[in-house]
Amino acid sequence: MNKSLEDIINHYRQDGGNVITLLQETQEAFGYIPREAIDYLSENLGIAPSRFYGVATFYAQFRMTPVGKNKITACCGTACHVRGAERIISGVKRELKLSESEDTTQDREFTVEKVACLGFCSFAPVVLINNDVRGKTNADVIVKEIRSLRKK
Amino acid sequence: MGPAGIAAGGKPVLEAFRNALNAAGLPATLKENCSSHQVGCVGLCARDVLVEVHRAGVKTVYQYVKPDMVQRIVDEHLAGGKPVTEWLVDSAYDAFYKKQVKIVLSDVGRIDPEDIDAYMAAEGYSGAREVLHSWSPEDVIEEIKMSGIRGRGGAGFPTGLKWELGRKAPGEKKYIICNADEGDPGAFMDRAVIEGNPHSVIEGMIIGAYALCAHEGYVYIRAEYPLAVERLKRAITQARERGYLGKKIFGTDFDLDIKIKLGAGAFVCGEETALIASIEGQRGTPRAKPPFPVNRGLWQKPTVINNVETLANIPYIIRRGCQWYASYGTERSRGTKVFALTGKIKNPGLIEVPMGITLREIIEDIGGGIESGKRLKAIQTGGPSGGCIPAGKLDMDVDYEALAKVGSIVGSGGMIVLDEDDCMVNMAQYFIKFTQTESCGKCVPCRLGTKRLLETLNRITKGQGRAGDIERLEKLSLGIKATSLCGLGQTAPNPILSTIRYFREEFETHIRDKKCPSKVCKNLLTYTINEEKCTACGACLRACPSSAITGAKKTPHRIDQSKCVKCGSCFEVCKFNSVERN
Repeated sequence: MNKSLEDIINHYRQDGGNVITLLQETQEAFGYIPREAIDYLSENLGIAPSRFYGVATFYAQFRMTPVGKNKITACCGTACHVRGAERIISGVKRELKLSESEDTTQDREFTVEKVACLGFCSFAPVVLINNDVRGKTNADVIVKEIRSLRKK
Repeated sequence: MGPAGIAAGGKPVLEAFRNALNAAGLPATLKENCSSHQVGCVGLCARDVLVEVHRAGVKTVYQYVKPDMVQRIVDEHLAGGKPVTEWLVDSAYDAFYKKQVKIVLSDVGRIDPEDIDAYMAAEGYSGAREVLHSWSPEDVIEEIKMSGIRGRGGAGFPTGLKWELGRKAPGEKKYIICNADEGDPGAFMDRAVIEGNPHSVIEGMIIGAYALCAHEGYVYIRAEYPLAVERLKRAITQARERGYLGKKIFGTDFDLDIKIKLGAGAFVCGEETALIASIEGQRGTPRAKPPFPVNRGLWQKPTVINNVETLANIPYIIRRGCQWYASYGTERSRGTKVFALTGKIKNPGLIEVPMGITLREIIEDIGGGIESGKRLKAIQTGGPSGGCIPAGKLDMDVDYEALAKVGSIVGSGGMIVLDEDDCMVNMAQYFIKFTQTESCGKCVPCRLGTKRLLETLNRITKGQGRAGDIERLEKLSLGIKATSLCGLGQTAPNPILSTIRYFREEFETHIRDKKCPSKVCKNLLTYTINEEKCTACGACLRACPSSAITGAKKTPHRIDQSKCVKCGSCFEVCKFNSVERN
């Protein structure tokens, strides 16, 4: 872990940046923001941990828990909403046995995320499976894909 | 090829054309003419992948193109000269474009966005070059003021005036920022402009920076738009290589460089002061104005923030003159506006129309009307800050003043068409849920007010509405609007106020009868099986996630209401319409 954090710190010292860019690079390296990473950055840069936590919890992009191997991202923009985004999300969560507040399965195989709007509105409803776009989709199609991903 | 095109399989189609053209052994001249290049979003996303074939000066367009169709198009049309008629676009395609006026989108979908020479060939950077060599900053400001263009981000502040204020603001160091934090759900205009023609945004920034005398610029862009970020980065690099950015640009003494800052997913950062805080690396909370950013903005220096679409219009205004631009639109709303037309419409897509066009022309002529023959109910504009315009107002003009008059706003340009299956209480709840989540929490009216609004709407959609709820919603909404710190809170209640204004009876039905007339609010629905129609096929039984359905072969099935989670799976799988939803 320290190796990549060292790179991030060097990058910050060379090119400038701020708490947001530090966290963005940390998340890119680990998939989430580990608490230890904040401690490390804080100690080495002399920036209070509270500044990191303040920013990390403010912006939707940052997550403090590990992400699953497969990522299902459901768009909840207005166009997707009127075309049944909610039904897709509840169908997917039911399939993965996730409660309303959970987003990652126990075995860390799947993470289900909502996103405000991806801008593919004319293909609503839209779901990303590991960042590949599925447009004009429905719960059945996505659940089937999840099952085939699980078999792999 | 925008993301919709890529999503629909644009890349394999492009690849197939390249291969087929290489393999076909076509005469060299023909082959040269049909060098396939990728373009940004052409607009009519619903028919992707669209392919334009230019042969002997004639343009032909194919729709829904799949890679396996490519060979036949190459053989019969490009080599043989006979278009494959059954794959051509139909009359709806022409109708979609007929009433549009393309200024900011004129090169989007036409030129390769990853090639600076393609933009140059379309007169790109000629405006910036001319301005820097022979105009004074005051000339630029005067020209933009005369054009009448107003900020396209939503608030509609006159751009020329903003630049003038920025120019006059005392201070050595100044900044220009392009706001590409397109946060409204249901809007993708800015994304399409950056993906389709990133150089037009850069040229607009150069002209703006020159008018302000700013030597540093930022583009604040959503991280959710990876393709836009990539194309913008490439465009900035290309512009630097040509000497259009950096030191002594265009061979003059003027310096300007542009940096990209990625947003981290906060809707409130579309607000100017919150956006500035975010660029500085802090929590994106707004602050009280004045002082306005034009006097004290980024790092406390004078800063002008313009929206993507506004900036992308600038090169065209400079090139063709303010008179030409002002000839479009209405007295107080000049020029054109890009809208993202989506929802229950036949031809969803990206459109650019002159201000003052009627809503009916947009919905019926361009959009082709409501899909699947349902009845139009309302048009939502302006996203979470806007409102729902009822079907009865279709003949109104679309401009800043007219939309404000009916309780909505032009906003950034999302236009979502709703039909009779959409519940207006649910729409209000959806938007308040959004603004409540996105409220930064700094000021009390917005933080607690939106929470109370949401709780009330949640109750109503669960059948726990009480007499007086509508009045409570209205009173609280007006209080939040009057006392919130920034635009987010000041406009957050608009979706509630406009839906109550035009669809009050729908709220009343939810509260009094505990029914959702559009059958959307799931807690107000009951699913039952009509035993006379039921064939006991077992489809619903297998689909039910909560084992609420019982039945056996040849025995009509039943739903145990105490176990039913109202997911609607049985309703969707039943082929005999025997599951009833009331």
